[in-house]
Amino acid sequence: MFEAILLTVITASTPLVIAALGELVTERSGVLNLGVEGMMIMGAVAAFATAQLTGSPYLGILGGIVGGGLFSLLFGFLTLTLVANQVATGLALTILGLGLSGQLGESFVGMPGVRLPAIVIPLLSNIPFFGRVLFSQDLIFYMSIALVFGISWFLFRSRAGLKMRAIGDNHGSAHALGINVVRTRYLAVLFGGACAGLAGAQLSLVYTPQWVENMSAGRGWIALALVVFASWRPLRLLAGGYLFGAVGIGQLHAQLLAQSGGIAIPSQLLSALPYIATIVVLIIISHNRRTTLINTPASLGKPFVPDR
Amino acid sequence: MTFSEGVEASPLLSVRGLTKLFGSFAACNAIDLDIGRGEIHALLGENGAGKSTLVKMLFGVLQPTAGTVSLEGKPVVIPSPGEARRLGVGMVFQHFSLFEALTVAENIALSLDPRTPLAKIAEETATVSRAYGLPLDPSAHVADLSVGERQRIEIVRALLQNPKLIILDEPTSVLTPQEAERLFETLMRLKSEGRSVLYISHRLEEVQRICDRATVLRHGKVTGDCDPRQETPASLARMMVGTDVAEVQRADAGAFGDVLVEVAGVSVAPRTPFAVSLKDISLKVRAGEVLAIAGIAGNGQSELFDALSGEYPIADDNGIQLRGKPVGRLRINGRRLLGAGFVPEERHGHAAVSALSLSDNLLLARSRSDKKAFLAGGPLSILRRDAILTASRRICSIMDVRKSGDDPAAGSLSGGNLQKFIVGRELDRQPAVLVVNQPTWGVDAGAASRIRQALVDLAKAGSAVIVISQDLDEIFEIATTISVISDGKLSDPYPSGELTLEQIGLLMGGIHENHSAVETAHAH
Repeated sequence: MFEAILLTVITASTPLVIAALGELVTERSGVLNLGVEGMMIMGAVAAFATAQLTGSPYLGILGGIVGGGLFSLLFGFLTLTLVANQVATGLALTILGLGLSGQLGESFVGMPGVRLPAIVIPLLSNIPFFGRVLFSQDLIFYMSIALVFGISWFLFRSRAGLKMRAIGDNHGSAHALGINVVRTRYLAVLFGGACAGLAGAQLSLVYTPQWVENMSAGRGWIALALVVFASWRPLRLLAGGYLFGAVGIGQLHAQLLAQSGGIAIPSQLLSALPYIATIVVLIIISHNRRTTLINTPASLGKPFVPDR
Repeated sequence: MTFSEGVEASPLLSVRGLTKLFGSFAACNAIDLDIGRGEIHALLGENGAGKSTLVKMLFGVLQPTAGTVSLEGKPVVIPSPGEARRLGVGMVFQHFSLFEALTVAENIALSLDPRTPLAKIAEETATVSRAYGLPLDPSAHVADLSVGERQRIEIVRALLQNPKLIILDEPTSVLTPQEAERLFETLMRLKSEGRSVLYISHRLEEVQRICDRATVLRHGKVTGDCDPRQETPASLARMMVGTDVAEVQRADAGAFGDVLVEVAGVSVAPRTPFAVSLKDISLKVRAGEVLAIAGIAGNGQSELFDALSGEYPIADDNGIQLRGKPVGRLRINGRRLLGAGFVPEERHGHAAVSALSLSDNLLLARSRSDKKAFLAGGPLSILRRDAILTASRRICSIMDVRKSGDDPAAGSLSGGNLQKFIVGRELDRQPAVLVVNQPTWGVDAGAASRIRQALVDLAKAGSAVIVISQDLDEIFEIATTISVISDGKLSDPYPSGELTLEQIGLLMGGIHENHSAVETAHAH
């Protein structure tokens, strides 16, 4: 029973972690992309369609990444090249993504999906309990863990990551030092879109291997909250992602419990928990000027025009 | 000392006929400049004299329109800051370009060779900073550092590139006196190593103390090339300003009118962990009086200003009286309506909104007190643009505010000109009471003299003026009465004629033993 719950928690948390990691990188470069939900659902439909048409769930993953990435380039062009308002553009991206994916996926509704197979890692999977929980998972789960550590290394150990953090902190000074602000931000936005697309692929290939309209169901927004909750740090994000995932699963079980036992815990309260937790973290962060300065990318959401 | 021979032999940097045109305006006009090896060379001039343009050309930020630059006898072209660094020129800017969220080492790494590993940079940073008496923790976040420490990062960053010439743009304008002392020691050390320093400043006493030569600029031209130690502050100022700086005509002491401001036993608890508490502050200022409050920065000056201006009202309504009315709990606009005017210390973001135009800034400060003049339509409060613009132009012409365009953004003015506007904005109302915090901080000599004269004239016309200042020369120039604030306590008032520099120094250190002058001051 416990193992089963743990497995569902992992499946529920993985897309949150992946999408939030992508957004974390985007925001570290100083760009606020509120279109995660839209990019995620575009990734989900692209992945499902690719897997259906080719029969290969692995090509489906690729399709999801490409779908989310391409969609994010639209955001990049509008906000970085045309210097449109990032908040408005991000919201528009979500609305467009939800509508467009519904249109594109119309013919796939009700079709049986292609499930991404689990990859059982020899030897490690024989470890009691942990073996089945951690080492008999699908490729996307392994990717999510690799991404956490990879991004952590990139941001805090590599030169390129240092430059990206510098841009996020003060794009004017970074420009003065000769760092290409717009190019770096394009790459960060693209990476964020690709991650959101991968998270979407997880939804339509692993979580519920079929295409349902609006199947991202607000996970993009939770991912956005998760980035703030983790104060822009990948390892905290991993922990927060599993916390939020567990709350989501706990909510289902609480509902079942309530139905059988007659205890009334409003499910709305439970589904609001991630947001409440984020607000609490925001209050704690902004209470102290120092933590705000060190954790928050200071140029987040501010447009950059190279000539000034 | 070998450096004097070096100076004779060949200058490190030699500039001939350097000119920079912006359109038809010559920011720099045929500048000649020689900097010897191991020489601390001052570049003096008022705001807008062309100092910054000149050094930007030397550091490759701007390209000259005409003229040549030679380094160690060889003509060079400096297309970019990177090339300037490669040639051995380092620069410490007045406004730092640091990343607050990054550590010291990370900040330095961003401007160094990308192949050097971060760990090595951290190590070198620690070594160099210790060697030059500029202690820095490489792993500290910039956000946690003081302004002085941030400047050290910039200096260490320049030093790590092993420069022959270091350019410092107004380095002490952001430092406390103690931090400035430390900086001078570092400069002496650089000099003893044979490095040259180009030191931009308009603080004459500093230049006379540490610089070997001085080049003076005015309106983009060289107006003086001298040994500052052979000059007097007055002769240097004359080279900077062109004419003798007008001497401020002080108001007569003794002939004072009614008490216009009275503070009685006000104590204020600190608002933030870094604030100073005010302890039992009492003062009286009469019509025609200029009360100067001296003191070392951070001894409660801002807190006193906040209480006097009503930015943070105090609990006791009777603690502060303006023209006989209790105002302790009134806010700024309420006190303005009673005829008071206020000029806070920080120009940008406090006294003025940098991004807004001068006329908008005028309206922001006076929308309540000058409601009839500036707003029409009763409750609709429609702006009377013409009236506001006229008033703004009037202030600019009276205070001689030099600006580009009719109504430019406040942020586009130089510090001195913006300060003239901000002071003029209050004077324009003929306030019965004016409270000014650091009126001429970071302002060039000409503008400072103008502002001081305006304050004195206001008092002569029958207003009470309170000036909070760290500048003792300024205080002796304009004050009729002097008090000293130290650790949130205000000393008794002394007529300015009866106080010597030594006595003020003692009071600043919090020593209140000299009571001989107190008795006379209490005669009223």
